[in-house]
Amino acid sequence: MKQHSITSIRESLLTKKFSAEELTRQALEFAETENPKTNAYLTFSSVRAIAAAEAVDRKIAAGQDPGPLAGVPVAVKDVIVTKGLRTTCGSNLLKHYIPPYDATAVTCLEAAGGVIIGKTNCDEFAMGSSNENSAFGPVKNPVALDRVPGGSSGGSAAVVAQGTAVVSLGSDTGGSVRQPASFCGVVGVTPTYGRVSRYGLTAFASSLDHIGPFARSVRDAAAVLQAIAGRDEMDATSAAAPVPDYVAALTGDVKGLKIGLPKEYFTGLAPETGDRIHAAVDVLKKLGCEVHDISLPHTEYAIATYYIIATAEASANLARYDGVRYTTRAASAGTLAEMYRETRDEGFGAECKRRIMLGTYVLSHGYYDAYYLKAQKVRALIAKDYAEAFQQVDAIVAPVSPFPAFKIGEKVDDPVAMYLADIYTVTGDLAGIPCMSVPCGSSPDGLPVGLQILARHFDETTMFRVADAYERASN
Amino acid sequence: MKITSKDVRRVAELASLALRDDEVERMATDLNNIVTHIDKLNELNTDGVEPMAQVLFDAEDTATLREDRERPSLTNEEALANAAVSGSGYFKVPLVIER
Repeated sequence: MKQHSITSIRESLLTKKFSAEELTRQALEFAETENPKTNAYLTFSSVRAIAAAEAVDRKIAAGQDPGPLAGVPVAVKDVIVTKGLRTTCGSNLLKHYIPPYDATAVTCLEAAGGVIIGKTNCDEFAMGSSNENSAFGPVKNPVALDRVPGGSSGGSAAVVAQGTAVVSLGSDTGGSVRQPASFCGVVGVTPTYGRVSRYGLTAFASSLDHIGPFARSVRDAAAVLQAIAGRDEMDATSAAAPVPDYVAALTGDVKGLKIGLPKEYFTGLAPETGDRIHAAVDVLKKLGCEVHDISLPHTEYAIATYYIIATAEASANLARYDGVRYTTRAASAGTLAEMYRETRDEGFGAECKRRIMLGTYVLSHGYYDAYYLKAQKVRALIAKDYAEAFQQVDAIVAPVSPFPAFKIGEKVDDPVAMYLADIYTVTGDLAGIPCMSVPCGSSPDGLPVGLQILARHFDETTMFRVADAYERASN
Repeated sequence: MKITSKDVRRVAELASLALRDDEVERMATDLNNIVTHIDKLNELNTDGVEPMAQVLFDAEDTATLREDRERPSLTNEEALANAAVSGSGYFKVPLVIER
């Protein structure tokens, strides 16, 4: 399955090398056989997938355009709702939850001819950087099975790396698409805040949540974003800005583009990661990019800012899991208040509780100004750092994570250390700018490293152009 | 320790979480470690900085209201399909008010 791309599948379908139904059956069988190795899929959707594939085949038979993602096997992170198909959010609380509607991104994928073959494992309610916080067990990194795939969209990154899907959707609040993409050696994209509708994305931190694609090439990632981007009247935060033709802009020419290297992103970096990033910068120079040293001076405050804002918003968003509407209620419940408390204590895992508690604490009486309001002000300073940098440069390149994939269990006992490792990814979410990870080689022991590319609001085109030119030059 | 077990119990009540005794201890340790780090923000002078509650960018017509027209919504049955307990078209919860 790994040889397939969106373009190759389209060609094969149009030249009748195989039908969408044949490819779907093959993809489902392969994914189900391979899944025990990684635990990346939580649910397979064979009935829905076959129906979607048959619809593609009918269109082709009738001589109609089957859509830009025709017949492409897609996996969707289990925090994005799918009508009639179990959506767990990686939580015991929702292990029986069957959503009554589809997320807009899911509707868009299927309208473009995509075939959803399953739902992927993730950290509970997207809270984590290693996929070890899933109630359904950790995902293993297909590149090195004793290592984490990153998180929180670990399953969506793993299935693309493993070849058990061609592309997938994840969600990114503080790095949850880019970091697992870098750990698994695939492309992962966090679009501009508002570029993709979040209708049907289970809310974690509403001012930071994004839906974004994973793929094995920049071109495929751009094609998926193309299909899901745009204004949606079901999400008031979705932007009306026109969606350009991302794929058409991938000419490989980046001559004269100004690239910024933020000095704050190169301290505390593992040498094997730093070496790969510097080598990638050399490639961009050879392609004709002008590389400038820049400064994003408030970077060191980003983790504190992020973990105040994200947990404050999460503590409000997760209040809805109260034992009334979403399937699971504690059996022992006596009074209404006890029912809420017992249901939430039994249902949430340790990391969710930690974040709900921190979020409640920073919003509580006497601490709101000191923590929450302060963090919102520092957030403004971090966004201003980027705005000023983008007056000098067209794109910024940086590492994604300070180190490559770590061993399963290695960091579970130290939540603060785990949070600090998100330093290079939370800033993009706080500013709301588009950012992505593109593979840039491996460490000496074979672990993938990701190059992060960031651009101005709604300038995904420049970001994709840089990533695509780098990908061509490094292949 | 800035955050005591008593503080943890108070916050847990606000958050509707029934933490067990062993969880309270662990939570106090974790929250203290995190709060020690986030106190770093006090190094920064933010006088006169406008708080950023959401992502702002130059764009036309991003937060338009949709047209107010009738359209299909979830049926009562669909809305209740995932209820822990339901009956007579309602969500059912334990007794709230004693008669």
